[in-house]
Amino acid sequence: MAQQDWSTVGKPVRKKDAMALLLGKPAYLDDLTPKDCLVVKVLRSPHAHALIEEIDTENAEQIPGVAAIFTYRDVPQKRFTMAGQTYPEPSPYDRLILDRRVRFVGDAVAIVAGENEAAVDRALKRIRVRYQVLEPVLDFHTAKDNLILVHPEESWRSLCPVGADNRRNLCASETCQDGDVDRILAGCDQVVEGVYHTKACQQAMMETFRTYTEIDPYGRLHVVSSTQIVFHVRRILANALDIPKSKVHVEKFRIGGGFGAKQTVVAEVYPALVTWKTGRPAKMIYTRQECQTAGTPRHEMEVRVRLGASNDGTIRALDVYTLSNTGAYGEHGPTTVGLSGHKSIPLYTHSLEAFRFAYDVVYTNHQSAGAYRGYGATQGIFAVETAVNELADRLGMDPVALREKNMVREGQVMPAYYNERADACALDRCMTRCKELFHWEEKFPVRDMGNGKVRAAGVAMAMQGSGISGVDVGSATIKLSDEGFFNLSIGAADMGTGCDTILAQMAAECMECSLDDVAVFGADSDASPYDSGSYASSTTYVTGKAVEKACEELKDRLCQVGAELLNCPREEVEYARKAVRRLDGSAQVSLADIATKSMCGNGTAVQATCSHTSPISPPPFMVGMAEVEVDRETGSVQVLDYTAVVDCGTPINPNLARVQTEGGIVQGIGMALFEDVTYTPEGRILEDSLMQYKLPTRLDMGHLQVEFESSYEQTGPFGAKSIGEIVINTPAPALAQAIFRATGTWHRNLPITPEKVLLGRDE
Amino acid sequence: MEIHLNLNGKPLDAEVRADTLLLDFLRAHGCLSVKRGCETANCGLCTVLLDGTPVLSCSLLAARVDGRCVQTLEGLQEEAGGFVTFIADQGAEQCGFCNPGFVMNTIALLREYPDPTDDQIRAYLAGNLCRCSGYEGQLRGIRAYLNHKKAEEAQ
Repeated sequence: MAQQDWSTVGKPVRKKDAMALLLGKPAYLDDLTPKDCLVVKVLRSPHAHALIEEIDTENAEQIPGVAAIFTYRDVPQKRFTMAGQTYPEPSPYDRLILDRRVRFVGDAVAIVAGENEAAVDRALKRIRVRYQVLEPVLDFHTAKDNLILVHPEESWRSLCPVGADNRRNLCASETCQDGDVDRILAGCDQVVEGVYHTKACQQAMMETFRTYTEIDPYGRLHVVSSTQIVFHVRRILANALDIPKSKVHVEKFRIGGGFGAKQTVVAEVYPALVTWKTGRPAKMIYTRQECQTAGTPRHEMEVRVRLGASNDGTIRALDVYTLSNTGAYGEHGPTTVGLSGHKSIPLYTHSLEAFRFAYDVVYTNHQSAGAYRGYGATQGIFAVETAVNELADRLGMDPVALREKNMVREGQVMPAYYNERADACALDRCMTRCKELFHWEEKFPVRDMGNGKVRAAGVAMAMQGSGISGVDVGSATIKLSDEGFFNLSIGAADMGTGCDTILAQMAAECMECSLDDVAVFGADSDASPYDSGSYASSTTYVTGKAVEKACEELKDRLCQVGAELLNCPREEVEYARKAVRRLDGSAQVSLADIATKSMCGNGTAVQATCSHTSPISPPPFMVGMAEVEVDRETGSVQVLDYTAVVDCGTPINPNLARVQTEGGIVQGIGMALFEDVTYTPEGRILEDSLMQYKLPTRLDMGHLQVEFESSYEQTGPFGAKSIGEIVINTPAPALAQAIFRATGTWHRNLPITPEKVLLGRDE
Repeated sequence: MEIHLNLNGKPLDAEVRADTLLLDFLRAHGCLSVKRGCETANCGLCTVLLDGTPVLSCSLLAARVDGRCVQTLEGLQEEAGGFVTFIADQGAEQCGFCNPGFVMNTIALLREYPDPTDDQIRAYLAGNLCRCSGYEGQLRGIRAYLNHKKAEEAQ
């Protein structure tokens, strides 16, 4: 079991950059890149679907200060994807930087670069475009095999066998199963059927998308971007510009939040094109409106569940079909959808006799979707967990007891999770502890407060993965430097999560030094060792293991140099507490001395680089319980208490793991209750600002209580799994159940707004 | 047009366009702590103090601060330093992009209510959005600071 005598791992240390950030020091892209560069903006389509018949930029070009205007005639004609994924990407190559066909309201029509914002703004208004307006596909139910095609072009291509077919508006399609689900369902005492709909919610990170580009002295494109994926950005920009990868260098500074948004290239291509064509430095900063309308939100999904059970509450079969709306382009379309089944069904592995999981991912003329924390699992878990809660209601069973009867237990093989075994699983303990902390027995009964207000509670479980098995690569380079401190270089991107700090904690633990002795650098596509990037809950588990491996290798090298200094064979020394000492304890040489030696007459590199990948993706598990107060007069839902217990394996830094959890829960509350995305009949998004798109404030989340019940994952660094994504998955189903308990209406369509609650309507 | 103001304790004469927002003016004058998170005065990231009162610098023309005193986090490092360490001890800074606005408004809160209740803290800071932390850690940090201050005063 878990080792308890660590000195740095498992400790709630401060994030290394905490004080600089709290004191407002310049740390982000727009603080640190030159001001005197071209301002880049994009003219966007007012139509959901149209062909550009004519585009006249001449008037705009006359405006003083306008440096360049580009249209579809000026860009390479090789399609690419903006999805930050390992090559060959499952997401189809369906994009050009600018296309003659525009596919959603907000799609890029022209790129304008100028000496100042005022000139660029004027130019945007002077560009004359004549569109042939086409009928759009706006209802994702009718997209598949629709006569209107979002991507009719010959040059569209799919690199992976994901069931994509642009002639059918299909971005992906698949069915998988284990056992005969129809036969089992036919023999079940109870079959709960429901269709659950979630919206294209926005990550709404506080720092909008932004990128700075310049040509460096070597003639290469130097890109500074607010990105989670420096290496993927290199490939994607080279693809988009049709130039060699060797011509692109990408780095990131501090990132003002990502949540998956910055796992897709969004702003990068525009200034990159400007700089590559003009040779001049350029910067693009997305407005909030652009983020809301031309960003990369969660995939809207409709998940159809058939859940079969016995009258005693044994869950025997799950049949899940997901229809996912990828919008105008296919970024992350083929992959997000998989999680809606593969990370919801396995929660009920215990007595499950059969499952089927099928899906279609369709193109529409909506804003293109992308990666958002939870990545499809959030949508699937809302559906399956709500169906389980509906079963509990139908059977008159306590939903906690129902889950205790059916949940996956440690050691079980999960057929719906690629036959991986739950080697480290404390889900049962999470449930026990959460029930106790939340006072479930007292809060689950519906309580009429006598003032028109009713209190009730709900529960949900969740799982996620830890990296993409067999795909993700994490790497670390650790180097001994002057006076015996260490440089740790990583390609993973700290987007506020604190991965720079937790990876340094691991390095400090391995090298038996203090956290201050580890200086972290990341991420830079030229300087960092290769890392897929910070997404898929991979950094702690995958990159963390790479740190551990690199430290072991470095220790060996330090022993080589140390043995030389001690005039003895390598076999007679060991690394211990910032020194290399003889096994017999007779002599030792300090790290400081080894560092000095390494820089004078030395031929052994005192640095090590290791990569890591994992054949499995051990799931973290979680239980969340919510208490709400519903006002019957207004339909207002107030979250009173939210209690969560998480099994993320070993929390490397309990403070940061807790804040991740709290932040994820509040985002989940937003998705469940406030954050709506609606389209006009013409296909324009109404919630295009933070005025209409309601993020939870600190008055909306009630009191949060988070604890950890740790399992120990043998394959993870110090027993760790992951934390970043799972935490957003429980609020929607837990709140839907609490609201049902208070009102008698199941809301299967998110968000559950006061209007819907008041009217008792789920639509 | 020309304006004269006091920025972080120093007099400043500047030439501004009539439509320049205070937010852009401040960033152009080296106050890079001031951040833009939206265009609709909804996020609180650009909060600065105008004659001691918290205002959203995205919703104020630079011309309007003529003859007035503007403070940004650059000018209040010491006052902020008194309590932000407690927020750092919770890990509640996270990505940090909302921090300057949140810290500025917290300074205003603590000046106005030296001993606020949790509900007062939540209400006062309600206009400061944070997408990372879920707010609870920020509250714990402020509470820990207040407890620490009380313990110190009791001695």
